[in-house]
Amino acid sequence: MPSILEVQNLVKKYGDFTAVKGISFDIKEGEIFSLLGPNGAGKTTTISMLSTLYTPTSGDAIIGGHSVTKDPMAVKQVIGVVPQDLALYEDLTARENLIFWGQMYGLSGKSLNSRVDEVLEQIGLTDKAKNRVKTYSGGMKRRVNIGVGLLHKPRLLFMDEPTVGIDPQSRRAILDTVKDLNRQGMTLLYTTHYMEEAQELSDRVGIIDHGELIALGTQKELTQQVGQTETLILHIGENDDPEALADSLKGVKDVLEANATDHEVSIITPDAEDVLASVVSKANERGIKIRSIDIREPNLEAVFLHLTGRALRD
Amino acid sequence: MLKLFLIGLKDLKLVFRDRAALTFMLLAPFLLTIGMGFVTGRFSGSSSGISDIPVVIVNLDQEKLGDALADVFSSEELADLMEPTASRFADPEAARRLIDEDQAAAAVIIPEGFTRSIIPAEGTTFNANYVQPEPVKIEVYTNPSRPTSAGVVKAIVDEFVSRVEEGRTSGMTSILQLAAGGFITSANAETESRDLFQNVDETESTAITLKTNTQGAEAVEFDILAYMAPGMALLFLMYTVSYGGRSILAERSQGTLPRLLVSPTSTTQVLGGKVLGIFFTGVAQVGILILASSIFFGVKWGNTFGLAILILAAVFGATGWGVLITALARTPAQVGSIGSALMLIFGILGGSFINLEQMPPLVQTLSKITPNAWGLDGFTTLALGGTLPNLREPITALLSMGALLFGVAVVLFNRQGIMQK
Repeated sequence: MPSILEVQNLVKKYGDFTAVKGISFDIKEGEIFSLLGPNGAGKTTTISMLSTLYTPTSGDAIIGGHSVTKDPMAVKQVIGVVPQDLALYEDLTARENLIFWGQMYGLSGKSLNSRVDEVLEQIGLTDKAKNRVKTYSGGMKRRVNIGVGLLHKPRLLFMDEPTVGIDPQSRRAILDTVKDLNRQGMTLLYTTHYMEEAQELSDRVGIIDHGELIALGTQKELTQQVGQTETLILHIGENDDPEALADSLKGVKDVLEANATDHEVSIITPDAEDVLASVVSKANERGIKIRSIDIREPNLEAVFLHLTGRALRD
Repeated sequence: MLKLFLIGLKDLKLVFRDRAALTFMLLAPFLLTIGMGFVTGRFSGSSSGISDIPVVIVNLDQEKLGDALADVFSSEELADLMEPTASRFADPEAARRLIDEDQAAAAVIIPEGFTRSIIPAEGTTFNANYVQPEPVKIEVYTNPSRPTSAGVVKAIVDEFVSRVEEGRTSGMTSILQLAAGGFITSANAETESRDLFQNVDETESTAITLKTNTQGAEAVEFDILAYMAPGMALLFLMYTVSYGGRSILAERSQGTLPRLLVSPTSTTQVLGGKVLGIFFTGVAQVGILILASSIFFGVKWGNTFGLAILILAAVFGATGWGVLITALARTPAQVGSIGSALMLIFGILGGSFINLEQMPPLVQTLSKITPNAWGLDGFTTLALGGTLPNLREPITALLSMGALLFGVAVVLFNRQGIMQK
């Protein structure tokens, strides 16, 4: 598959702060590529540069054969963008919003009207198309927000955390829409800090943290980085010291890593059940109360933990 | 270009869906105009607003037409409007000094020989060797600090001169046609023509109608609402342009501006469209207010073409201020605060509340930076019977103001990177 997007050593600096530190990756035509990382990792800044909104400090990206720095207008014809925050006119109806944004992408006349009808159908808002957006629920607004990005049938769609702050039902509908779009041949760059979404949707994943791409590959390739390990999560009492427990566990047999976060200690081990007794014993020795225990199979969360020593949601 | 219009129209549509904005833009100025109408007695008929305009008449002609013009200013019909002073000032220089000292709104200096330059002397009408003297011009020396009153005086003189000229031309033509057709002989043609010209000061004269008749008086009658209504419209126009400016920053914070910028729409189109939206909204607001005041209050706004051009120019000048405020502010709330302050300051400085003629000279000078003052100057001129050529000064000032402010705003926008998220 040819690449529709090639990111070449992209850097974005704001004064002394470097938000994106020279990342490079490519996206093949027809795939769903997820950029996974915690808040503030540089996902939105990266998408903003790729969508020509921000000018990169250095580096470049080639989208559909056009440079984002040298030929941004041509790039804009290839891409569609679904921003993280709602970007709609709430005093206009869904149909009026779609018509306006369609016009901004050069659509007009009958083709515009029929495309608006198609998109309304696709996002399931045909019946409420004449209602003003401000009367919609959060999930419905999100769907219109996505619909705007689809109007001109872009070859590459950027979706920046489209499920933030919505109910599970709407989230499910959006994930299904993403899969449908991909089945219809659209290439997607999807950013998220939800590991489950990246796992469900992605052909390949790039893990980004502090502006750096720290891992890149298919899910299988990434989980292999942490080996055949499991993650044991101990939830401890509010007044207990997770750092002290993590330190005491570092010498225990089969504990490969022990990291402390707020009221939690994450342990990477080849076999969680085998180390469980030792871990509980260490906690008792220190008078630390374990409130609950999770055992997780190898996943992207474990990869992130392995690479950064922190959980994704931190 | 099309996208520019589409963005502008979208903004216009959004404004008309915002009830709070509509209240401020349309209802508030309309109600204030009504209030002002009651306060000034316009609705009770007790006042015409502008009255007792001090005017100095210097009649050096002392013949029929000079006397007729002097009589116009002291006529019954204009008794409330004019307060002429004539007898003590036979010296033009003394009269001009009075104007310079702000003791009157204008001096009307009727030069010696004015009547003779219009009405031929006895025995000259059909004399082949007679050379008609060049018509001498009446001088209206106006007080720049009382533009409205001076405009009224000038309108009266213009009307008089125009009627005299009209009468002279039609009278001469009639006599010549009668002589050519053999209806009168050349011997009695002169008598006929002299009789005709000698009657120019009579209001019932068929050849020359002076503006002392009812029709003429109406032409210069000044309706206070023709000042108050545009005053209020221009005051709230400043609200509208700051509202529009606010929408540029609001679009940035609500994410629609970045979304526009990632569509195949250039920065110039986006910014131009937003500015056009402010302009459309301002034109719609002033247009609706003017239409409403015509329908409900019977305000006569004057020449329609001139009015349309003046509205466009006034909104253009005000839009310049709206865009500049936006370029100076960081947040929509800042635009709102600066805009409200500027609306009030410009309202006071520009004569929306109090006639500029009653303001100190410094304020009158400062008023030139406001679209309100220039706009009011233009609307008053139109209401007094002026047409597009008479609006050259306010329209030029308003267009220059708008262009200059846009230029400054664009430099500031570029410097601040307002089109970046």
